[in-house]
Amino acid sequence: MDWRRFSFIALIIATLFGIVVSIGHEQTSPAIIITSMLATTIAVATPLTLGALSGVYCERAGVVNIGIEGMMLSGAFFGWLAAIYMNSVFNFSTMPSLLIGVLAAMLAGGAFGWLHALLSVTFKVDQIIGGTVINMLAIGITGFLNRQLFFEKGSIFGGQVPHAPGVLPRIQLPILADIPVVGRVFDQQPIAITAILLVFLTHYILFFTRWGLRTRAVGEHPRAADTVGINVRKVRYANVIIGGLMAGLGGAYFTLESVPSFEPLMTNGRGFIALAAMIFGNWTPIGSWAAALIFGAAQAMQINLQFFREMIPAQWAFLQQSYIVGLAPYILTMIILTGIIGKNVPPAADGLPYEK
Amino acid sequence: MPETEEKKTKPQSFLSGVLQEAVSGSVLVPLLAILTAMILGGVVIAMAGGNPFAAYLGLAEGAFGSAKAWSETAVWATPYIFAGLAVALAFKGGLFNIGAEGQLALGAVVSAWIGYALPDILGISLPPVIHVLLAVGIGMLTGAFWAAIPGWLKAYTGGHEVINTIMMNYIALNMTSFLLNGPMKDPSPTNVIARTPLIAESARMPVLFEGYRVHWGFVLALVIAFLTWWLLQKTTLGFEIRTVGANPDAAKYAGINVKRIIILTMALSGMLAGMAGTVEVTALNYRHELGFSVGYGFDAIAIALLGKTHPLGVVLASILFAAMRNGATRMQFLTQIPVDVISVIQALILLFVAADAIVRYIYRIRAPEEHLTLTRGWGG
Repeated sequence: MDWRRFSFIALIIATLFGIVVSIGHEQTSPAIIITSMLATTIAVATPLTLGALSGVYCERAGVVNIGIEGMMLSGAFFGWLAAIYMNSVFNFSTMPSLLIGVLAAMLAGGAFGWLHALLSVTFKVDQIIGGTVINMLAIGITGFLNRQLFFEKGSIFGGQVPHAPGVLPRIQLPILADIPVVGRVFDQQPIAITAILLVFLTHYILFFTRWGLRTRAVGEHPRAADTVGINVRKVRYANVIIGGLMAGLGGAYFTLESVPSFEPLMTNGRGFIALAAMIFGNWTPIGSWAAALIFGAAQAMQINLQFFREMIPAQWAFLQQSYIVGLAPYILTMIILTGIIGKNVPPAADGLPYEK
Repeated sequence: MPETEEKKTKPQSFLSGVLQEAVSGSVLVPLLAILTAMILGGVVIAMAGGNPFAAYLGLAEGAFGSAKAWSETAVWATPYIFAGLAVALAFKGGLFNIGAEGQLALGAVVSAWIGYALPDILGISLPPVIHVLLAVGIGMLTGAFWAAIPGWLKAYTGGHEVINTIMMNYIALNMTSFLLNGPMKDPSPTNVIARTPLIAESARMPVLFEGYRVHWGFVLALVIAFLTWWLLQKTTLGFEIRTVGANPDAAKYAGINVKRIIILTMALSGMLAGMAGTVEVTALNYRHELGFSVGYGFDAIAIALLGKTHPLGVVLASILFAAMRNGATRMQFLTQIPVDVISVIQALILLFVAADAIVRYIYRIRAPEEHLTLTRGWGG
């Protein structure tokens, strides 16, 4: 990450916050608006952060992953399904059900990660096509099971969605959460906190451990890595599966942390935006997180503007249309991909199957 | 490898190419992929408590059991053919257009607008043929324009078309939601749905046979499939598209304007996708309704790959997918297996077509001599 990207990110986030503050400051104090937006930004950036980390693991090892969306969707569904099963079939109490749900979400993501590795490493399928297969399979399976289990007569849950066990509770970080006003930012749910910890953990793993060095070697120059005795196939498999686990955890955010329900196609393109965040973060964990925060801020603006709907001045009336404000993340992604804010340099062997 | 280069760029005839490929397993493998996916789908159906044979029989009956079933299958196939051709054409040029969905939706919205609003704005009633041509033509151009943007971004900035077309899908979806819930919403007092008013009689494409829904759009789709093949195999532009797709560096040294071809390929692809939307409006629904097109653009990817990006293959794959979608309702009625199982089977078909190595391994078919390059990593 260079200073140009960071200043661009800071500028965009400041602008998005500034718009809301300038509209809402007469009703609510700027400090409260800013902290509340910051808290929302961090929370809604969670699936993007985890999705981007998924991309970092896969692509640093040389496997392009556009299947993040599908891995997330399957994580969202199977995590939710497991939590419901535990809660209403095995009568587990809320917390254990939710935690098993999170585990199941990661496993579902990891299983699709394994499939992606099988396709792209073993069968050397075009990796973008492989990712598309993952996405379509995830849409098909989650849609089918959702209908089959919950909405068909004679199905396990008798044609109706059972009561979901709720969402993961907030964790108030000691000391930090007690700071007046700003403390709100540190009042987050567990997956959001884990995501941030994973960003720094991934940074450490990637750049300061033997595992990370091997991963990067395999992504940059697999033949050289092979020559010095690194098992390219194994390293790629492991990283793509880890990537799947990350995306699955990102999926758990949707159904176990954000809202206690599942809807077909509910990830709504977040996996692709996460991929763009990873590209803008130049395939680094911390950069990807910073980029994910931009998208988080755009969404936080959309959410917060709803509170100040009445106060939007006439000449800014288009901000009342959530359809229009909702375009911001997608347009930002396209601007970032042009490379005008800095050239995006992928790992040299990204997307290329390794022929021994 | 001068020999394989020559083979790739040599024009093929419409049918003999297919027959030639049949020998090398290019047709056999997709067929076995379908078979394998159906078997796995049968396992899924059995696990869901259904009888796979009864389900597939119901599927076939629903798709081809009567004249009406045939007509409906053709109705389903029409947008699939256009959208499948769109994706296939882009693949030929080395581009992956995941944006057919958005191009299709915008094409549909614009042609609906031409259909219901233009006569009032001009203050005259348009002659039927002219009005249909206007609605279809401008809808096509909208799709072309929408796809040309990621094409331009790819050619001049290197922004990858895969992510850009996906982003433009979401932008198109938001825009259509905005238009259909706001300025373009059907104003009739009983309407609560996000949809446009009905288009004028003069903007409607006629049906083929009285009493059946199958319309001239299906014939148009077949004609366009032939024209796409002709464009790709028999014209200079098609040669240039295929050369850029096979090897952009070689194309550049051969004096082809690669940037121009990339933009043009995307525009043509978007035009075909736009046609899918505009034909649905002018020949079938006579209006655009939010959400009617969800999934066509993604099914089109599977169709293009299943058809091995050959226009004839795309037509056949479209009819297969259409039959499955059309027959699914009957299957659900007879066996209580939800129609969604079709999405699983279609995804499995895509899986086995994409990973033909799996199919070749299962059925012991030897590998092809040349490999079909579809996309490249972020760098290309």
